[in-house]
Amino acid sequence: MTLTLSPPSATAPPLQPQGWLRYLSFSTDHKVIGLQYLVCGFIFYLVGGALAGAIRTELLTPISDFLPRETYNEVLTLHGTVMIFLWIVPVVNGAFGNYLIPFYVGARDMAFPRLNAVAFWLIPPAGLLLISSYFIASAAQSGWTAYPPLSLTTPATGQIIWILSVLLLGGSSIFGGINFIATILKLRRPGLKLMQMPMYCWAMLGTSILVVLSTPVLAGTLVLLSFDIIAHTGFFNPSLGGNAVVYQHLFWFYSHPAVYIMVLPAFGLVSEILPVHARKPLFGYTTMVYSIMGIVFLGLIVWAHHMFTSGTPPWMRLFFTIATSFIAVPTGIKFFNWLATLWGGKIALNSAMLFSCGFILNFVFGGITGVALAQVPFDIHVHDTYFVVGHFHYIVYGGTVFVIFASIYHWYPKVTGRMLNEPLGRLHFLLTFVGFNLCFAPQHWMGLNGMPRRVAEYDPQFELINQVSSVGALLMAVSTLPFLVNVILSAFRGEPAGDNPWNALTPEWLTSSPPPVENWHGEAPLVHEPYGYGVEPGSLSLAATSGRDLWSAGDPERKP
Amino acid sequence: MTSLSSTPSQRPEALGPQTGEHGASEHPGEHHGDHRMFGLATFLVADGMTFAGFFAAYLTFRAVNPLPSGSTYELELLLPTLNTVLLLVSSFTFHRAGSALRRNDGDGCQRWLLITAALGFSFLAGQMKEYFSLPFGLTDNLFASTFYAITGFHGLHVTLGGLMILIVWWQSRQGGRVRGGDPFPLEAAELYWHFVDGIWVVLYGILYLL
Repeated sequence: MTLTLSPPSATAPPLQPQGWLRYLSFSTDHKVIGLQYLVCGFIFYLVGGALAGAIRTELLTPISDFLPRETYNEVLTLHGTVMIFLWIVPVVNGAFGNYLIPFYVGARDMAFPRLNAVAFWLIPPAGLLLISSYFIASAAQSGWTAYPPLSLTTPATGQIIWILSVLLLGGSSIFGGINFIATILKLRRPGLKLMQMPMYCWAMLGTSILVVLSTPVLAGTLVLLSFDIIAHTGFFNPSLGGNAVVYQHLFWFYSHPAVYIMVLPAFGLVSEILPVHARKPLFGYTTMVYSIMGIVFLGLIVWAHHMFTSGTPPWMRLFFTIATSFIAVPTGIKFFNWLATLWGGKIALNSAMLFSCGFILNFVFGGITGVALAQVPFDIHVHDTYFVVGHFHYIVYGGTVFVIFASIYHWYPKVTGRMLNEPLGRLHFLLTFVGFNLCFAPQHWMGLNGMPRRVAEYDPQFELINQVSSVGALLMAVSTLPFLVNVILSAFRGEPAGDNPWNALTPEWLTSSPPPVENWHGEAPLVHEPYGYGVEPGSLSLAATSGRDLWSAGDPERKP
Repeated sequence: MTSLSSTPSQRPEALGPQTGEHGASEHPGEHHGDHRMFGLATFLVADGMTFAGFFAAYLTFRAVNPLPSGSTYELELLLPTLNTVLLLVSSFTFHRAGSALRRNDGDGCQRWLLITAALGFSFLAGQMKEYFSLPFGLTDNLFASTFYAITGFHGLHVTLGGLMILIVWWQSRQGGRVRGGDPFPLEAAELYWHFVDGIWVVLYGILYLL
């Protein structure tokens, strides 16, 4: 058990490398691990993006002419798996969670630093294993869902490597989730109450509960699937008396919560960014907390809405339609809370804010199509069409990836001590926003008109609209260039940021940039009101915050 | 507000995981509490969900997939019932090992640990005997596959638990870590062992009795 490893000696020699080499080491510093997650995830984002480029190139024409058909299947399987398991989940949980959560709870590190490093170092080998399957034999061809019997009839080697890789990534995710739960619940600084934590803590607590409850089910299911492939058992193989629908139930018991594992942390991050750049308190803190927990609960009981065409009985369709529709309530509360936070604020429309507003726009659109998809009659019409592809990418790219970029613009000064270039950031936003909407909005129309997903060939009537979509994809690819130039050049030449360039109140800004190894030179400050913006200037001093209640020297009328 | 320690630490010498890289901390005197048991409990929730997935799959198979004629869900009950008793008794003996340690009776602790490990490995032997006497193999039918997958996965847990007990037995020798004042390995192995026993009781109810 990894959890039980702990030499009794408390005076370990400082064997770990310093300087940039520590980013390639088994470092136990939560800030190093967070950056390891972020950079590693971004490299896999470039890989997944290249795969998406191959897909969109193939779809420029209605015939299969760019890639062999099997290769097309491998590419779309790898694209989905890489983007979900190696980019979104590790980055929005592991990267920002590891970097920010210890600051937010006033700790010097995560609860289990060594387990944390293990969780990260499972990811690069898993990713290389997955990608190597393309070169070893042939990569898995059954999509990121790996539905049997399809996954039992496609070449076995690639499918088995895919399963191994996802098992490793699931293990990493579970270890991370355990660490976040322990850190948030057990490592809070004395005096910091649960309802005073920054919203990202709540988002990560909810996400980690989902990770711990649902990921093991996927792991068990994939083990059974590998038995079906290797040992020719018949769990999910109808021709051997098995039941393929049971696989779908177990798969979606993880993979629907996985959508919230991908998007709840983004909700939390955007709730940190908006108040800072609008100079207003986060609207409706309490309702925000309850809606996160509501989403966690509902997220666990809606999985079969992915299976309305799998012979689900009417009572099941009814239940899962109603439960799914209910999710619109907590999500809507959060959406209106963000709008109310912005309302009347002193908005600084910088890159972080632009990406956050882009997130709100894209996410509400993806949310509306999501409610539409929850309705059985509509879902049966568009099931397995490009409508679903469009909806999904509006949530996961338009939602989460936009927030990842917003977060990079927001926290880059903290991590490096230098500002990012603002015009390049705005160019990045413009290209991403236009490219994204050009790529994915037309896919709803394709789906409504009957273009199935996951196929390399399609009816010629969809040719023009597919080309529009591909142009959007090209813009998204181009948009990465100003971003890469920006983050690399600014690390060396960016304008020095100072400790708190945004005058933010959350604890990570109340230390130096970049922060010292154990986060604070003195004691951690106590922040009762992480969103107390809009008070008279000068009524609270952000200097010399070490160890004291941020609000004790401020306006005496304000009660924490 | 003078110290960062969230809970008063009872075992400052056992704080390895909290210090990590920063062994030569510039903040001496600050200790996070020891949350390893909490972490283990969270992990066991996750582990339990794996079993829950298997049980759900088994129950669904049983409800909707008829077995081929000649196959049956009936199992011989004598050996597994004996095995159940072995595991339940082993939970009790492990508890006795913990009590002995708290009384500073290190030799008693080691004795009870050995008894517990012996009971655990007898369970595995019984499981093996049952496997060899069953009229079906892994791929014979859906019930056979599910039966072997679930009991095998549980058997893997028992094997790991048995090894853990032997490690704790070694650590609780004179001058070992457990007897030297860090009871965490024993407490962790005990929690894990009770968890594995509890899973077996559910498994026995669902696979054998239902």
